[in-house]
Amino acid sequence: MATRTVTYDLATPGLERGGRPGRTPLAATAEPAMDTDHMLVNIGPQHPATHGVLRLVVELDGEVVVRVVPHVGYLHSGFEKLGEYRTYNQIVPLTDRNDYLAAMSNNVALAQAAEKLMGITITDRCRELRVIACEMSRILSHLVWAGTTGIDIGAFTVFLWLFHERERLYNLIEAWTGARLTTSLTRVGGLMADVPDGWTDELRRWCGRFPKVLDEVETLLSKNGIWLGRNVDVGAISAEDAINWSLSGPMIRASGVPYDVRKDWPYLGYETYDFDVPVGEHGDCYDRYLVRMEEMRQSVRILLQALDRLPEGPINVSDPKVILPPKDRAMADMEAMIFHFKQVMEGVPAPAGEAYQAIEGPRGELGYYFVSDGTAKPVRWRIRPPAFINLAAISKMSQGHLLSDLIAINASVDIVMGEVDR
Amino acid sequence: MTAVNASVTALQDRFGAAVRRSEVSCGDTIVYVDPARVHDVLAFLKDDPAQRYDYLADVTAVEYRDRERPLEVVYQLWSLARKVPLRVKAELPKDQPLEVATATDLWQGANWLEREVWDMFGIRFTGHPDLRRILMWETYSEGHPLRKDFPLRGRFSRSEQVRQALTDDLEAHYSMEELSLTDAAPYLPEKVRQDLAKGQGG
Amino acid sequence: MDVTPGPGAAAGVIQSSPNWLTTRLDALVNWSRENSLWPMPFGTACCAIEMMAAFAARFDLARFGMERMAFSPRQSDMLICAGRLPYKLAPVIRRVWDQMPQPKWCISMGACASTGGIFDTYTMVQGIDNIVPVDVYVPGCPPRPEGLIYGIMLLQKKIRGESVFDPSLRVERQKDERGLFLEPRVTDEISEPFGNSVAQTRSA
Repeated sequence: MATRTVTYDLATPGLERGGRPGRTPLAATAEPAMDTDHMLVNIGPQHPATHGVLRLVVELDGEVVVRVVPHVGYLHSGFEKLGEYRTYNQIVPLTDRNDYLAAMSNNVALAQAAEKLMGITITDRCRELRVIACEMSRILSHLVWAGTTGIDIGAFTVFLWLFHERERLYNLIEAWTGARLTTSLTRVGGLMADVPDGWTDELRRWCGRFPKVLDEVETLLSKNGIWLGRNVDVGAISAEDAINWSLSGPMIRASGVPYDVRKDWPYLGYETYDFDVPVGEHGDCYDRYLVRMEEMRQSVRILLQALDRLPEGPINVSDPKVILPPKDRAMADMEAMIFHFKQVMEGVPAPAGEAYQAIEGPRGELGYYFVSDGTAKPVRWRIRPPAFINLAAISKMSQGHLLSDLIAINASVDIVMGEVDR
Repeated sequence: MTAVNASVTALQDRFGAAVRRSEVSCGDTIVYVDPARVHDVLAFLKDDPAQRYDYLADVTAVEYRDRERPLEVVYQLWSLARKVPLRVKAELPKDQPLEVATATDLWQGANWLEREVWDMFGIRFTGHPDLRRILMWETYSEGHPLRKDFPLRGRFSRSEQVRQALTDDLEAHYSMEELSLTDAAPYLPEKVRQDLAKGQGG
Repeated sequence: MDVTPGPGAAAGVIQSSPNWLTTRLDALVNWSRENSLWPMPFGTACCAIEMMAAFAARFDLARFGMERMAFSPRQSDMLICAGRLPYKLAPVIRRVWDQMPQPKWCISMGACASTGGIFDTYTMVQGIDNIVPVDVYVPGCPPRPEGLIYGIMLLQKKIRGESVFDPSLRVERQKDERGLFLEPRVTDEISEPFGNSVAQTRSA
């Protein structure tokens, strides 16, 4: 592991090389002087710092974490069971509620998986718009992550600034889909609606302003002695362990493994975009922070490219068996009405078979696995939940750290309980 | 990719009849193996230098609407180095005990994934260090939710489900396997101490 | 859970019809209560994000006196259950509710907290009023922050109509002998029209 050089602002005296404040003990290498029993502390499921209803049962030796056992399932909603009773287009609203910080990502992932299953190729305009939706969702999710991590570590200002940027994005999303959060953007074979006039100019203007906001946040955090002290060398996980624990997304990239689904298994034409994937080195919380901040900048880069190349044309495939006909035709033309009726009442049947399609969600590899028996409702809908799998490694990452480090590590995993518990 | 994954032939050479069949569905290669040999197959796929499927993306299970078809345990593997995916399935007939060997000694990521399969399908993973329910509470008695004979709203009436939820003991979820705290007695409530002394399992 | 009567009830004197003194006192107490409600955010799912947006700079619940989000129930007035509530979480919210001292109110934010929402499944409580007594239901999936603010303003209006001298307002229903807060008939009938089938050809 290379030595890391970090520069500091002068506001925080008493800092050692490596970023640690001289007086704060970090990983407990010294033996605790007291020979007492271990203490059992229950954190959650209702707790401000658990990012949802996660319960951590922590065995402590003084202030040092000996073992932490996460209990999940406090938000288990039966998504996968419910999906078996729904047609593919009816599952789209369910996906919004799954990972609610990046709802459009989930919508796109579902549409990609269903289209892979049914063998549908989407139009060019739809593809570029879905890329825009995915990258906007990535930024939205990372903004929440940065804000809530700031709150956990004690930096509340970041939350307010970044949530205001989210509000600007929400304005755009609401203009496009009608909803801020539960967007239900995609349909199998297309999208629910095209972007309104002037929307792309507004997004371009936002993309011009947003990097400056990120600069301001980095001024607050990246060289801040407290932030460094709380995050550097906290919760480190090596590259081999990260692969073995099946981590994905910024968690595995911060550990040095350059695995990004957009680059390795490209979808939606990502191989034609010019963007970098930030890869960390030490695998600690600070590297995850740097990776996510840089990912937001790269997402802006992709957004601008997608806006530049957005072609004119239809957003839906022209197959009337898959896409609802336009309303005026459905009301006037018998054939169109029959297509409309069959799609709404029976759903679009998928051929028997199965498909696994992964996308790079903000949390990691979000995979949707559909098994079909030839009917309109899937036999099995499996969500490969990146947050669930990343969370399992928290017991490994936090051993030997202090209790407050556990909070920082929990924040750096970037969980969303809707996805963990489904 | 439209061609069948080359790993299939390697598996057939190595394991012979344990590899039941293979197919390609929507571009993905799927290989069906004998459930008794799943662990060996996965270990080969992970460790063999020509295969190197070092990343376990997912472990899940499928039950079909056709009641005659067996349950399937599905392993989705990636080879990060060779950039190749593979899906391995083991079919478990319903008239026999639903058991398959665990993969946690190969990939730690399989730990929680297999717990979820146990919780949702009732498939046991022999050798798993901690096979407890993970999404439902540990004493959940309505069954295994993702089975096809489990109705959407559960087996009990709504009021019975509410009653059970309200009588749930919040401190009872410390279980002996996860916390060997026989000497942490002074910090625990009396009931938990008694449960630990009795050895409350999941 | 003991039933503690409000102030004035012990005196017995002011149980009769309200007069100028009691209404003025009520107005003062209610004004101070409604404008300094300390919310206990019990955020579970997507509604929690809209609740966070309501607390953030654009919609700013601080102007209603709610900037102090009490994550400790013992220091809060108002439980906002934002998000779906599975059965596994039900005893938790009941315990959090029991830990809140009177006077306390509850807002059920979102469709899932109010009725179970789109999740009519084996895991989901079909409305938190099976578990805790709810004062205001805010519909939406998720409700916009303006919707939550409207719900809070409705609660403020409800508080304005209360009286400090009415001890029955602070009495809580206890579990009956079956261990439920609502009658089973009431709880069961909300899912009745949809049946409970293993046949997956139906929508329910």
